[in-house]
Amino acid sequence: MSDSSLDNLPKGWKSVPNDLGSDQTAFKGVQWGKAMMWIFLLSDTFIFSCFLISYMKGRGSTVVDWPNTSHVFSLDFMGVPVPLLLIAIMTFVLITSSGTMALAVKYGYEKNRKMCGHLILATAIGGLIFVGMQAFEWSKLIHEGVRPWSNPFGAGQFGSYFFMITGFHGTHVSIGVIFLFIFARKVYRGDFDTGRRGFFTTMKSDYVSIEILGLYWHFVDLVWVFIFAFFYLW
Amino acid sequence: MSDENDHKLEAKSDYVADAPSVSTPDIDAVPEAELPDQELYHSHSWWTTYVFSQDAKYIGIQYALTAIGTGLLGLVLSWLMRIQLAFPGLGWLEPSSYYQFVTMHGMIMVVYLLTALFLGGFGNLLIPLMCGARDMAFPYVNMLSYWAFVVAVLVLLASFFVPGGPTGAGWTLYPPQAITAGTPGYNGGIILMLISLILFVAGFTMGGLNYIITVLQLRARGMTLMRMPLTIWGIFTATVLAMFAFPALLVGCLMMTLDSLLGTSFFMPAMVSLGETLTHEGGSPILFQHLFWFFGHPEVYIVALPAFGIVSDLLSVHSRKTIFGYRMMVWAIVGIGALSFFVWAHHMYVSGMNPWFGFFFATTTLIIAVPTAIKVYNWILTLWRGNIQLSLPMLFSLGFIVTFLNGGLTGLFLGNVTVDVPLSDTYFVVAHFHMVMGIAPILVIFGAIYHWYPLITGRMMDETLGKIHFWITFLGSYAIYFPMHYQGFVGVPRRYFEIYDSPYIDTSTLLLNKFITIAVLIVGAAQLLFLYNLFASARLGKKSEKNPWKANSLEWQTPQMPPEHGNWGKELPKVYRWPYDFSVPGAKEDYIPQNQPPSEIIGAKVEKT
Repeated sequence: MSDSSLDNLPKGWKSVPNDLGSDQTAFKGVQWGKAMMWIFLLSDTFIFSCFLISYMKGRGSTVVDWPNTSHVFSLDFMGVPVPLLLIAIMTFVLITSSGTMALAVKYGYEKNRKMCGHLILATAIGGLIFVGMQAFEWSKLIHEGVRPWSNPFGAGQFGSYFFMITGFHGTHVSIGVIFLFIFARKVYRGDFDTGRRGFFTTMKSDYVSIEILGLYWHFVDLVWVFIFAFFYLW
Repeated sequence: MSDENDHKLEAKSDYVADAPSVSTPDIDAVPEAELPDQELYHSHSWWTTYVFSQDAKYIGIQYALTAIGTGLLGLVLSWLMRIQLAFPGLGWLEPSSYYQFVTMHGMIMVVYLLTALFLGGFGNLLIPLMCGARDMAFPYVNMLSYWAFVVAVLVLLASFFVPGGPTGAGWTLYPPQAITAGTPGYNGGIILMLISLILFVAGFTMGGLNYIITVLQLRARGMTLMRMPLTIWGIFTATVLAMFAFPALLVGCLMMTLDSLLGTSFFMPAMVSLGETLTHEGGSPILFQHLFWFFGHPEVYIVALPAFGIVSDLLSVHSRKTIFGYRMMVWAIVGIGALSFFVWAHHMYVSGMNPWFGFFFATTTLIIAVPTAIKVYNWILTLWRGNIQLSLPMLFSLGFIVTFLNGGLTGLFLGNVTVDVPLSDTYFVVAHFHMVMGIAPILVIFGAIYHWYPLITGRMMDETLGKIHFWITFLGSYAIYFPMHYQGFVGVPRRYFEIYDSPYIDTSTLLLNKFITIAVLIVGAAQLLFLYNLFASARLGKKSEKNPWKANSLEWQTPQMPPEHGNWGKELPKVYRWPYDFSVPGAKEDYIPQNQPPSEIIGAKVEKT
């Protein structure tokens, strides 16, 4: 991509009508994969919105009372039930992994192969810890008798929505973790410096892929913030 | 490089005829290429050329043939249903088979035929060619998209072979009945249907991302958004709608799958079934209807918008006239697309809702009539004083305008709550939606196939067979659906598997049912004629010259016809104008291709585009 031909473009709001009125590309200097990820995430936003709106509707129209969430989600710590303890740690880990991801993108663009690889690995481990703690939380709830179809604490829909939505989000995180490990390996191997071609697509590797992966990862974190608010704080 | 930058943002191609400057190279300048040429994967074997192809053109043909094959099944199902309706005494079908055929016919036609053919088929074939790209942005993902579609179709077809057969819940799949005993396929067929839809959405997402990125980021030099053919605008906007509408379907399908398999109660209220209280409790069936129609209504426009776009191009090319009000047409497509997300509950007037909601959704529904009417007026004004060629694409386009107008007008009736409530669940509704989103888009598909067939095969389809096909299909559809409007008015309910002579049903209905069925059989048989024409012409058809319709858009300007992999040979095309410069005063030919440099057409009074 010849950046020099894009230097003279108008900045700020003026760039919007200019870019949309121009030929070739609507998003100037934006790599295809990056634009694709943004549009995919918009579409994914609709999926999670549908989930969360359905959850609100479902919670609002059950015949039995909704379980007391601060009781259900509490964790015994030295004999005292502490509400939201596990979730607070999970959320902290996930948000932190967003930070390491952002740094990885920065070092990637600086072509600092080692730091970039370390930070992607750190992000992947953060994600892995999150998924692990989620598995722990699921097994704890299942142990206490919470099932997708019923639970001893109140409306059966609690388990249905909880397992479905956190499961769908957890799947997103797990897919992200897998790709983080793959990309960590690619970074360490130097694929992005040598422009080695990908396994399937024969496209040349480029550090922009790290940013694209980062977009996905930040999105997954952002969704978690909403799930956190709607399930644990409501 | 830097001195070129000064020209970069000016539309240097806007050549005005009476400007004094003569043939300075400047008038042929187009902005510099922003991106390096796309690297393509070139196939090495028969498998990667014809089966796992990464060439968008092949993928488009694969999509189209798979969709047509599936649609053929939908057609046969409609025959079987109509025979049952015409001769209820015959015992032709079991009630359960009738419902299964209704359901499969509906779902196949809407999703697996129309959506797949317009977006997967024409989208893949035309987007890279018309935008002046070598291929889609991500050819590999594009291939995956097609194979996900194939798996979705196979899963759908598999539901015919599971115990209990395919689901008979109606194409809307409303719970609780869709997954409750008493409905055919309530524990087998419905699961496969839901899985198939989820696969379809996943596959479509991969394709849809490609279509959007290709339109936004891979256009040729000089190809601005407002120089794109309306076909691309239609397909592009429909793809955007699909990307935002399919998530609701995906979520609804997933939740119903869990309701059925795990016994959750997302959509299931407390119920007594076959004398036993079910374990479900506290779910909301209306929630599914909202999710379904948040997908379902945009889906109507996912099918209609590509048809709008394609028909605009066909009308313009075959009447040798500039499309009337190009910008209006673009904004109408975008406006209809945006509005389509705010009307979904007009499918749910009888489900029960706050009257103010009904009022809101009736209003938004009627507002959609405004951009739609603009489009119809513009099509007619495009024809006005045009040099109309009654070629096959033109015949089908004219058929489309009439049919769409017809179906659109009955939509105004159904959009109003007070009129909809008595007409709801009658044959009037069946007639309405078949006219507006069945026959109308199908006519465009036929027109488009006759139009672009030479681009794919290098041969023309047979004109005589095509004309017979057109007249039988066009008049036959009216023989089928006009009587249904009447049946709806006298109150014949839809989805009843047999209609006997009874005090509640007008006797004229029985005779009309026989009449309609005969028309259905004839119209269906005419489609076999079309299929014969489609396959036979590939070998026997008259060899087509390059650009046989003398069209302006880029797909006809490739160095080879049919275009090879990579479309453009060594050099990508440069675009100087929109694709609608027909019959320009002062020009030698009556058409000026988009990539003809201004210096070659000096003296022609071209519009600034």
